[in-house]
Amino acid sequence: MSARSTRWWTIAGLVIVVYSFFPLLWMIMLAFKPASDIVSGKPQFLPTSWTFDNFTEVFGQPLFTRALINSIGIALIATFLSVIIAMFAAYAIARLDFPGKKVLLSLALAIAMFPQAALVGPLFNMWRNLGIYDTWIGLIIPYMTFALPLSIWTLSAFFRQIPWEMEHAAQVDGATSWQAFRKVIVPLAAPGVFTTAILTFFFCWNDFLFAISLTSTDNARTVPAALAFFQGASYFQSAVPYIMAASVVVTIPVVILVLVFQRRIVAGLTSGAVKG
Amino acid sequence: MTTIDERAKHSASHRATVSSRLRGERRLGTWLTLPSYVVMLLVTAYPLVYALFLSLYNYRLTDPAGRTFVGLRNYGVILTDPVWWNDFATTLFITVVTVAIELVLGFMFAYVMLRIIRGRGLMRTAILIPYGIVTVVSAFVWRYGFAIDSGFVNGWLHLGDFNWFGERWSALFVICLSEIWKTTPFISLLLLAGLVQVPEDMQEAAQVDGATAWQRLWKITLPNMKAAIMVALLFRTLDAWRIFDNPFVMTGGANNTETISFLAYRQNVTLVNLGMGSAVSVLLFLSVVLIAWIFIKVFKTDLSQVRGDE
Repeated sequence: MSARSTRWWTIAGLVIVVYSFFPLLWMIMLAFKPASDIVSGKPQFLPTSWTFDNFTEVFGQPLFTRALINSIGIALIATFLSVIIAMFAAYAIARLDFPGKKVLLSLALAIAMFPQAALVGPLFNMWRNLGIYDTWIGLIIPYMTFALPLSIWTLSAFFRQIPWEMEHAAQVDGATSWQAFRKVIVPLAAPGVFTTAILTFFFCWNDFLFAISLTSTDNARTVPAALAFFQGASYFQSAVPYIMAASVVVTIPVVILVLVFQRRIVAGLTSGAVKG
Repeated sequence: MTTIDERAKHSASHRATVSSRLRGERRLGTWLTLPSYVVMLLVTAYPLVYALFLSLYNYRLTDPAGRTFVGLRNYGVILTDPVWWNDFATTLFITVVTVAIELVLGFMFAYVMLRIIRGRGLMRTAILIPYGIVTVVSAFVWRYGFAIDSGFVNGWLHLGDFNWFGERWSALFVICLSEIWKTTPFISLLLLAGLVQVPEDMQEAAQVDGATAWQRLWKITLPNMKAAIMVALLFRTLDAWRIFDNPFVMTGGANNTETISFLAYRQNVTLVNLGMGSAVSVLLFLSVVLIAWIFIKVFKTDLSQVRGDE
């Protein structure tokens, strides 16, 4: 490829970088604006003065701090459980020959296409009867259900690439089966499991529909749902900077994961969805 | 004689161990996948049947004693109500517009990802930001960008006090924009997976034969990645069809921007009209089945790769 066309591709890449970061930049601008910038009548892109008050205000509100704890706890538990369950299934899919394999993969596909909004009515009613409405477990269960297809596909794609014979080879060389598993298979499987966990976490972190349908107090309400309930410091003040400050906070984990594990996330997304 | 006998005995016992190993493998496979079956079906199959049952009743949570069997009447009411058809049209509009634009834009992104040499890592990192960001956050960010009191868009475009959310089509424009921004990276990664499969030597041979870039795109690149395109299209179409977060945050369904998922939510959760709400849920489910069926049977989308069959 000529140097000139290389430069054109780099410029095109730069445009995409701007595309991706521009709304993020706008979010940061709003989060650091004083509330008075919003009612000024002539809104600007940049803040007239930079302030950290919105973050202090947001972290002083139990509505947000509780929601943040709920979001982190629920997403982590749901991710952990789905990945464990998916690990069993993916191992069976990658290594064993059994009749239910096709059925399971087709079911996962059907669940991935399922309209979740069709479930909020019955779940709302069922959860109230079971006493798990507005609790962590009431959200963890549907998150697991809808995260599982993604977890199973991604993990079984990774597990298929593991050279499982190496476990046997290590045993021949004198390792016990536990040593062979711990020293050979775990290091080979860990990156795939970890990548799957990231994608599953994104999925749980993102949910809004179940979070507003199956919660009513800050007992289990997650951040995306809480954002819809935010008010300004007073009736006359806009809630915009606070909502944006809270948004910045929930975007930080996403940005960190993306920055650190970019390569793995791309591999996971492409292998899980369309196998090469 | 004895040797033959022994050999026969030996092979019989060999067969027995093989089949018992196979049986063990089958049993293990069943046990290992059982939790997945339970978790996936628990929250979908039973509630769906329950919704089907509730949809045949006139049932409000505010008046549980007044529950009466009405047969299919709820469906009749919904399908003759302009609200349903309005929401249907809105959902259809959003789906067609966003998926069409995302497909073209996503292909361009995928192509840049394939060709770029300098700054490849930075670009791939950047493209994952919209993918990972919370949909509600994206909706708020775009909403405030277009809002009269906080936004920069009206100032930059010299639109004065134009209220983007005061009218159906301009509100849908912003909703589509937020949706497209967030999901194009996902579609572009799916397309990239297909794009790398297109044989490079075929491209070069065509170039030597004098084919233009445009001809190569239509005659070589696109036909060779048809499977990836169809899969991306199916997933994104169903995803867009279920859209909920963006209209909820941006307009709350005002000015005819309500979607079908939103209607199901409003009937079930806001109005606690579980009979009617369940009927909407069932209709939503059937519409998704219909779309999936069209893709798989009519467009012959090959899902074996997605399912991971070998």
